[in-house]
Amino acid sequence: MAHILLRHRDIENIKKLDVYRQHGGYEALKKALTMTPAEVTNVVKASGLRGRGGAGFPTGLKWTFIPKGAQEVYVTINSDESEMGTFKDRELLEYNPHQVIEGALICAYAVGAKRIYNYMRGEFMDAGYAFEEAVQECYAAGLLGENILGSDFSCDMAPYYGAGAYICGEETALLNSLMGELGQPWSKPPFPAIEGLYHKPTVVNNTETLANVPAIISNGADWYKSMGTEKSTGPKIVCLSGHVNKPGNYEVIMGLTYRELIYDEQYGGGIPGGKKFKAMLPSGGSGPVVKEDALDAPITYEGLDKFGSVMGSASVVIMDETTDMVWMAMKCVHFFKHESCGKCTPCREGTYWMDQLLHKIYHGHGTAEDLRVLKSVAGQIGGRTLCALGDFAINPVLSTIRHFPEEYEAKVKGNSPLNGNR
Amino acid sequence: MTFTEKYAAEIEGIIARFPHKKSAVLPLMHLAQHYYGYMSDDAMREVAAILDLDPTHILSLAGFYTLYYEEPVGKYVLEICNDLACALRGADQFVEMACNKLEVGVDETTADGLFTIKTVMCLAACDRAPMLQCNLKFEEHLDEAKFDALLARLREQAAAETIETSVVEKITAYAKSGNQVSVIGNR
Repeated sequence: MAHILLRHRDIENIKKLDVYRQHGGYEALKKALTMTPAEVTNVVKASGLRGRGGAGFPTGLKWTFIPKGAQEVYVTINSDESEMGTFKDRELLEYNPHQVIEGALICAYAVGAKRIYNYMRGEFMDAGYAFEEAVQECYAAGLLGENILGSDFSCDMAPYYGAGAYICGEETALLNSLMGELGQPWSKPPFPAIEGLYHKPTVVNNTETLANVPAIISNGADWYKSMGTEKSTGPKIVCLSGHVNKPGNYEVIMGLTYRELIYDEQYGGGIPGGKKFKAMLPSGGSGPVVKEDALDAPITYEGLDKFGSVMGSASVVIMDETTDMVWMAMKCVHFFKHESCGKCTPCREGTYWMDQLLHKIYHGHGTAEDLRVLKSVAGQIGGRTLCALGDFAINPVLSTIRHFPEEYEAKVKGNSPLNGNR
Repeated sequence: MTFTEKYAAEIEGIIARFPHKKSAVLPLMHLAQHYYGYMSDDAMREVAAILDLDPTHILSLAGFYTLYYEEPVGKYVLEICNDLACALRGADQFVEMACNKLEVGVDETTADGLFTIKTVMCLAACDRAPMLQCNLKFEEHLDEAKFDALLARLREQAAAETIETSVVEKITAYAKSGNQVSVIGNR
């Protein structure tokens, strides 16, 4: 089936404006400009499109939160893709940038914004250069700037680069960073839709989310809803990594099972060396780990509910039978300790102590008491921080303790068969 | 020449992208670091002066964001991702191999001043591990042979004093005042 998002895999050089336009590019924007902003929002709302950055908030609904008649409104593309195991937005920016720009322009029209910033992580400068070229092409062709496509709609766009901070993917931290501050979240309310960039109403949408919008406007909400499940409509880019034969991005229609994703030849192609599956992180470092019993669950927002996990941004990390789960938790916690912004004490201090304890346990110096303290510290972080980073940080710890208690117990008793095994 | 003088047009263009000039601080820090090699005290004072900010604010940003170096680094900074997804495909062993080869530890610079090795958090190229970022350019699907080839290429470049246009310079050129996109600040 032809891709809806990763269209560069079907059409060579679609990152160039003329090629993109030959294949229907900016026709959706043209169509949107003949509709009222409310009509555009309603189509997106009816399509069931939900945020692809991980939280899954309904996109059209988010747009309706912008106060009617607001004078200064901003759209910010969240391209601060930093979740461990996630690499989909980078591919879109580098190889199919116009689809992101078109989606953002339609969004700007729908919410009355005259300026769009694309917040990319600083490490994306090389890939982001392709995006910058696309922006320049749009200005030259009258697709950005004054009176776009001869309409009354005027809008500008500027790329922006962060400087290495996972937390800037959190929307209020992103906005603080864009305003020249430390990338730390603020306590909500106020929500960005009311008070965002420069204290003005702001929509923050993930890159992949916006890339869905042109096709929705062109083909209608019913077409979009015909794909996927009732609560999870449309395509999703899944980032597959770890112990699989063919890691990479795969565009799937939501509802495909994780087992198909891992083993089908057109996707992951199985586990290298014929090894057995052991565990999977369905949402990078931030979602709870699941075991083999979850593999027949569909890749949807609700699919992993009964297994206590989430689809999130669909960054699926596969681990084979040789993987040490304490080591895995330690790697994830190291990440969150490094990326904690330091604003909330439970996260700042808690991730530090979890990191210390996991190192001690992993290296065989831990005791049963350390394990008890580890669980206690995790319990004191959860639900006690301004943003979700604190909750993310405890997921790999508590879920590995729940699913693989014997591995922790063997470690603290000093007889783990997996010691030193990665 | 200071970086303020050298990049006057670019700086003006970057500032013009925002209704409030404080937003230009991270891009200007990227440019200052590119010019001076790291966020030296002088570089921080210069950025502060351009934007009428307190130099301590620049210092706090340099400490918060990992892409800014507060200490001098080698000509080539090799930032190797060894997060979980990369580690499952051998990134930890790759870091060890790279350190042994260059006879440095992580966060150290070779005696000739050419290479600094750092380990970094996920760079969004997990499917191409082991991988690293060299002066912001991605090098993917690495193994020892490819790493050797990369080092040889960089050494050759350094010896010939070939100045490769850096990623930061490339994107900053687009912000130069006069380019269409930069007029948006005036609307």
